[in-house]
Amino acid sequence: MLLLFILIPLLTAMLLLFVKNNKMANNIAVLTTIVTLGLAIFVAYKGAVDYNQPWILILNTRFLLHADGLAKILILLTGISFPAIIIATTQNQPKQKNIFLSLLLFTQSGLMGVFLAGDALLFYFFWELALIPVYFLSSIWGGEKRVAVTFKFFIYTFLGSLLMLVGIILLYIHTSEQNFLISTLMHASLTPVQQATAFVLFFLAFAIKMPLFPFHTWQPDAYEQSPTAVTMVLSAVMVKMGLYGVIRWLLPLFPLAAKTNALFIVSLSIVGVLYASFIAIRQDDIKRLIAYSSIAHIGLMNAALFTQNQIGLQGVLIQLFSHGINVLGLWIVADIIEQQTGIRSMKQMGGLAKAQPTLAILLVGFALANIALPLTNAFVGEFLIFNSLFQFNIWAAAFAGVSVVLSAIYTLNMIQKVAYGELSTPMQAMNTPNKNAQIVLIILLVIVFVTGVFPQPLFNLTADSLQQIIIK
Amino acid sequence: MKVIIGFIVLWPLVGFLFNGLGRHFWSKKVVAYKATGYVVASFIASIFAFVQVQNQGAVSVHYFDFINTAHFKIPFDLKVDALSSLFLLVITGVGSLIHLYSTAYMKQESSSDYARYFSYLNLFIFSMLILVLGDNFVIMFIGWEGVGLCSYLLIGYWFTNTHFNYAAKKAFIMNRIGDLGFLLAIFWLIAKLGTVSYSEVFTAESIAKLSTTDITAITLLLFVGAMGKSAQIPLYTWLPDAMAGPTPVSALIHAATMVTAGIYMITRSHLLFSHSEMTQNLVAVIGISTALLGATIALKQNDIKKVLAYSTVSQLGYMFLGLGVGAYSGAVFHVITHAFFKALLFLGAGSVIHAMHHEQDIQKMGGLKSKLPITHLTFLIGCIAIAGIPPFSGFFSKDEILAAAYAKNPVYWFLAILGSAMTAFYMFRLYATTFLGKFRGTTEQDHHLHESPLAMTLPLIVLAVLSAIAGAIGIPEIMGGHHWIGQQLSSIVGAAKETTLTHTIEWALMGTSTMLALLACLFAINKYRQKADGEPTTPLGKLLFHKWYVDEFYDTLIVKPLNNFAGFLKNSIEKKVIDGAVNGTGKIVQYSARQLRLIQNGQVGYYILFMVFSIVLLLILWFNDTIILRFYYSLIK
Repeated sequence: MLLLFILIPLLTAMLLLFVKNNKMANNIAVLTTIVTLGLAIFVAYKGAVDYNQPWILILNTRFLLHADGLAKILILLTGISFPAIIIATTQNQPKQKNIFLSLLLFTQSGLMGVFLAGDALLFYFFWELALIPVYFLSSIWGGEKRVAVTFKFFIYTFLGSLLMLVGIILLYIHTSEQNFLISTLMHASLTPVQQATAFVLFFLAFAIKMPLFPFHTWQPDAYEQSPTAVTMVLSAVMVKMGLYGVIRWLLPLFPLAAKTNALFIVSLSIVGVLYASFIAIRQDDIKRLIAYSSIAHIGLMNAALFTQNQIGLQGVLIQLFSHGINVLGLWIVADIIEQQTGIRSMKQMGGLAKAQPTLAILLVGFALANIALPLTNAFVGEFLIFNSLFQFNIWAAAFAGVSVVLSAIYTLNMIQKVAYGELSTPMQAMNTPNKNAQIVLIILLVIVFVTGVFPQPLFNLTADSLQQIIIK
Repeated sequence: MKVIIGFIVLWPLVGFLFNGLGRHFWSKKVVAYKATGYVVASFIASIFAFVQVQNQGAVSVHYFDFINTAHFKIPFDLKVDALSSLFLLVITGVGSLIHLYSTAYMKQESSSDYARYFSYLNLFIFSMLILVLGDNFVIMFIGWEGVGLCSYLLIGYWFTNTHFNYAAKKAFIMNRIGDLGFLLAIFWLIAKLGTVSYSEVFTAESIAKLSTTDITAITLLLFVGAMGKSAQIPLYTWLPDAMAGPTPVSALIHAATMVTAGIYMITRSHLLFSHSEMTQNLVAVIGISTALLGATIALKQNDIKKVLAYSTVSQLGYMFLGLGVGAYSGAVFHVITHAFFKALLFLGAGSVIHAMHHEQDIQKMGGLKSKLPITHLTFLIGCIAIAGIPPFSGFFSKDEILAAAYAKNPVYWFLAILGSAMTAFYMFRLYATTFLGKFRGTTEQDHHLHESPLAMTLPLIVLAVLSAIAGAIGIPEIMGGHHWIGQQLSSIVGAAKETTLTHTIEWALMGTSTMLALLACLFAINKYRQKADGEPTTPLGKLLFHKWYVDEFYDTLIVKPLNNFAGFLKNSIEKKVIDGAVNGTGKIVQYSARQLRLIQNGQVGYYILFMVFSIVLLLILWFNDTIILRFYYSLIK
């Protein structure tokens, strides 16, 4: 069952390489991603047995896929994101769209693997599998500066992955059973120095991926230069790999190191939150604004993880999902505007509410979720997150709390510049966005409010992880 | 009861969805009927709830669990008791009148804008009801931020106007600063008590668990929240700017209901506040300072709505003074009477603005008495009520606060009557300049002057009657009354403290404040009967005209430095330091690679090719090594 999450996108991706007709390729991609989504909903609801086979016997690794609450909620997010992205960007016509879509599906396959893998080497394998297609997507279909930007993006994150691989090997050679299962690696007998080294190696890999301040500079450039579909994948799902890594691997493997370094990492994260928020206030490019806003939100989640507080972890588990939905909504709106007017500078925008009221309302809806207004999905997660910071250290909550005000400033700036004011000249080119994109946006917004008012199903979904992950 | 409370809350929400989603389909008439009807329905349900509370006492109902995890639970519970049922009546009652008024006032809007306006207004009522009905701090917070959102949307209702957008944004952001205080207070409660439900927080055992520091910190943080929402120093500057919204919005949100949320919140948590002498003193000092600041600025404003806005700031200050000196029921009493007369004054101002074709400068008005007879008379009643002249409602509620202030500290009382003399002066300056003397506008405006339609005058009349007689709910005992409202609230805030004041002193205090107010009224009428204030010439006049330059002060001291700091981070630190370091490292590596180019050729493509091969190899191994190994094992055997 769980193997299907990897095989369906993988096989479709291979199939798409031979489908030259763009429309047909698109339909196939939409159809299979919806099937995957259906499967994800089913598994989230019913659960699934582990898929557990020997993999590379010489190394004694296992092809182990396991779906607990943490995996389920991320599979659900990945499952929702891909059809949403492909449908919403149907209008965009990149050259050789079948290959474009094929690479996207390769990425999906890799992401599903990352979230399901229960074996460290397998995890690493999928981690890379998810990265490579993105490299090709961005460097072939990206903006003007794509080559330099993708180069930086790739080298940076690849460096992180290598560090993690070294860390995995370091643990592996110190285990008695000589395998890569979490339960084995958890009992690796390391000297304090080795443990600290391994912790740093893993942490860097995840910190770059999130990205955490000050390892974040690849991100705004990459978001700006990548084709929007890829940006959406990156920010809705891929950055969650870093946080996922922390929850699944870093905290259980190095509980002691995580505890000793908690104050430092929480402080660093909060500095990053405020730093990114301040920069977001001064951004004029809508894509870069969303990028920095995303850095701030991710930093907040990371801070909560290192408080090692149950309530905070619960908040993060929900926020992983909510943030993905919200940021996806914002990107889709930004993409529609860019596709129709060719501009990203908010100075030149204005009057969207006059030209396309429905689109403006949708934008405002996602913006409210971005500032975590109560009854939107983000409030639930961030409320618990701040709560855990408060219990960790009052000042941590107070400083991080400033971002509540800052996020209102940059988000309302965006609304004001994009939606309000007189209709600007470039915005006169706005037509009614295509039906597909609108439907996707409406569905996402419904998710925002439904999970904001009734978050309990999401809590129930992730409840089991809470018991397992936290400090053993 | 579950159903009744559900009705109260859900009707406005239905109205919001109905008008919001159907804004292109419904005619204005349908929109107006539905929007107003839903609030009236909510009002009727509120009366039922009120009667139930009178008969059976407070009721709390559970709907669902908002958050329920192993370690933490926040139920979605709503509660009606003596306090919230009073607020319910005011919110839905005044709300209904203002909806009715708006149906005529907003007539000129296009039908989709008209529907948008009413959907926001309905959403506001919904949020406000959640705020007062919530049975724990988190549900209150949901309503608290909800009303902030509606206020933002309605201030910026005419969204093509850039100034209005700034005003809307300013309101939201200042409120958010307050909200942060509120949030931190909630976290503090959770950390110490593990609960946010009123029934669990406001008990003797819970209070005993909290140290003095805890209580002081929690109450101070809650008060920061109240400062934002209820426009107290230093977070008051958004409220005058909020007048950018349509006038009925100013009446409902920025005068009668939302801005009193802070008073509601403190009254609700009075048990905590009364355990912190320090916070109480601060509340009183901030309250009286805000009352005086608002009153002084109002003396010199020429925009009819600005005068009323600063008057609201000032009156809210009185309410906080009341809270600070422990006169909780007095503060709530003033909330109620203020809701009536301030809504009346704003709606009256709206009627004037409507007649004057969106002119708001009182220097260009004058002599409207004969042209707008109903507006004139009702506005006059509002002025008398706010000035504190008996037997109109404002007198009773203000007097209660003043007496309590005197009992606590005569200095508070002295400053407060100074403020109320100013109140009487600026209100009658406004009245005289607008309605008396000769008309100073253009002849075209003169030609078009007309009394407003019934949908607008009817709410004025109802509110005028209420402003005149509402004092009856709180007639003090020395006048032979029973102080009904004090008895009502005694179940919440305890019986009013026995004042140490003798009857003679009480009569003397009342007499002094009434005399002062009367003198100020007559002086103002005499001074402005014939001519309006020109531009101020004295230094003090200029200072007041420019609102003590507080906005400019905030701008240079806070807004600009922060903006520059953000720019510095963006342009210097981010580009040069952090990204510079990353790129620098990259360059060094590239340089060394060029020196060592044996294996590395610096092209990512090759690396990737290599990786793809490795991955393929791994996959092949996966499918084959079982076979290979089996073969290998068979050889060994």
